[in-house]
Amino acid sequence: MNIEKRKKQKSVAKSDDTAPKKGTIKEKHKRSRQEKAEIRHTSVFMFPSLAGVLLFFVVPFFIVIVYAFVDNTTNMEFVGFENFSSLLNNSAFQMALRNTGIFSLISVPLVVILPLMLALILDTNIPLKSTFRTIFLSPMVVPAASVILIWQVLFNYNGVANDFLALFGVDKIEWFKSDYGIIVVVLLFLWKNIGYNMIMFMAALSAIPKEIVEVSMLDGCGSFRRFFSIKLRYLVSTISFVTIMSLINSFKVFREVYLLTGDYPYESMYTLQHFMNNTFGRFDYQKLSSAALVLSLVMILIISVLLWIDNRAGKEIEE
Amino acid sequence: MTEDILLDSSRFPEKRKKRKLKPKRVIFVILAMIILITFAVLFLFPTVFTFTNSFMSTTEISANYGKIFTGLGVSGDGGRVFIADKVNLKLIPDKVTLSQYFTVLVKSPNYLLKFWNSVIYVLPIVIFQLLVASGASFAFARMDTKFRALIFFVYIVLMLMPYQVTLVPNYLTLDKLNLIDTRFAIILPGVFSPFAVFILTKYMKRIPSAIVEAAKLDGAGEFQIFFRIFLPICKGVLYSVAILIFIDYWNMVEQPLILLKNTELYPLSVFLSKINEGDTGIAFATASIYMFPPILMFLYSEEYLVEGIAYSASVKG
Repeated sequence: MNIEKRKKQKSVAKSDDTAPKKGTIKEKHKRSRQEKAEIRHTSVFMFPSLAGVLLFFVVPFFIVIVYAFVDNTTNMEFVGFENFSSLLNNSAFQMALRNTGIFSLISVPLVVILPLMLALILDTNIPLKSTFRTIFLSPMVVPAASVILIWQVLFNYNGVANDFLALFGVDKIEWFKSDYGIIVVVLLFLWKNIGYNMIMFMAALSAIPKEIVEVSMLDGCGSFRRFFSIKLRYLVSTISFVTIMSLINSFKVFREVYLLTGDYPYESMYTLQHFMNNTFGRFDYQKLSSAALVLSLVMILIISVLLWIDNRAGKEIEE
Repeated sequence: MTEDILLDSSRFPEKRKKRKLKPKRVIFVILAMIILITFAVLFLFPTVFTFTNSFMSTTEISANYGKIFTGLGVSGDGGRVFIADKVNLKLIPDKVTLSQYFTVLVKSPNYLLKFWNSVIYVLPIVIFQLLVASGASFAFARMDTKFRALIFFVYIVLMLMPYQVTLVPNYLTLDKLNLIDTRFAIILPGVFSPFAVFILTKYMKRIPSAIVEAAKLDGAGEFQIFFRIFLPICKGVLYSVAILIFIDYWNMVEQPLILLKNTELYPLSVFLSKINEGDTGIAFATASIYMFPPILMFLYSEEYLVEGIAYSASVKG
């Protein structure tokens, strides 16, 4: 029905456009002149930002594109996709890509589900709600560098984490020098990001029309059914948004690893940013440029999905 | 809708009708509290321990943690080397002392210098990013042409790009301008970061156009509309964005590592990891000092922070 309605509106708009031809054209012209003046006047405000973004991001990015296709920055000879093939065959890059992928695969589901659970609990009538919210949000503001010591103490070979696991008969683990290292990083990532995502879910939950929830309660709808058949429908767009944002953020997990283990961590913790840092150290512009280009293409793909979801969610709310 | 968002500062209603206590509900509350308290303990624990341990004397620190943070792996295989026979994690020190703070603040000003480095980077970035961004957002919100929509789209994409991508172009420009290894290398890209533009534009688009029309009838120019109408309305959201930018840059690690060679210019967020390797006692005190400003800011203006996050919860306006 809604679609029909919209079609009708569209056709009405179209016929409006075509009917009094002369009038609209004149009006359009008039309006556009006024608009042009306004556009001119407001451009002044945009200029500083635009100039900066062009200077530091956009223009050099085109240079990056050029660099990715030449042999070196002085000779500037076109070499096609050679840089890319050597990048993709680079074992360090492969390792970084694989590690980042594994990390995202583990951490993203957790960093969506746990905050959603907390937000749902805090959405009910429970004591000390705002205190809990403050506590869950607090890691976001604490600099990672400040708490890294505690993390190192916890996951030391003779540290508390191993003592705790010993209670269950688990052997001691060399956290920072084994494949388990990724668990430490995931925990740190969760600690830092759960609060942020929880706030987004809380905002989405508070936007659900109360009448609907109340009516369902009067109808004797249990809390589980209420969640799955009512709340979840309103949360779908937020969940997908948070998922993709978390995916994007999971690419950025370098800071914590670097602070924990330095420039050259154990293999399983070698991330893309480590690769970039070390390539920067060698001034290998070709490798840097092609890596930046490959990654930006991957990101653009993910961002397009994000925008598509956002667009669709917007339309759903309209309907 | 627009009025609602402009005026309503408490987006999460705390008050609700009280219901009768049913046994099912009691069980739910108990279960929920167990979950919440477990998470709360896990979430608070690193911050609280860092803080309390900063009051330990050097001897107590080395007795408890041994030589955990000695040495640095040189090549590809290891990272830092961890040596400790037994680690005791202690919440309350046996003897509370301010000696570590005394060392950091008075005896070796080197650490304090790095703290000032952080301030010198973060304050200009917050102030100028807000200034530059509010102008751009005004233009985006006032006149939404196709061309501007395209530019705004580029801003969003840039905002979402990780450092692996953006630092390379940043580096190229800074290198051409001979700014690598200067404070401007950190400040300038920060000032033009598109993050603030994104949230401010979304907010400004909700300002009713009737207000603008009325002002224009009264003969207000664009500058007056910007300074007299838009900026005052945006006071709250500007503060929210300021907090978000502050937290982000106070925490920075990636940019200094690549754009600065001289470690004297490092902000404390990077330098802390260097202290950690050497003097554990001082490291706790320095870490505590470093987390003070953002935590204070947070406790005083949590509502603004929460609102800022809620505003960022969608890509489109």
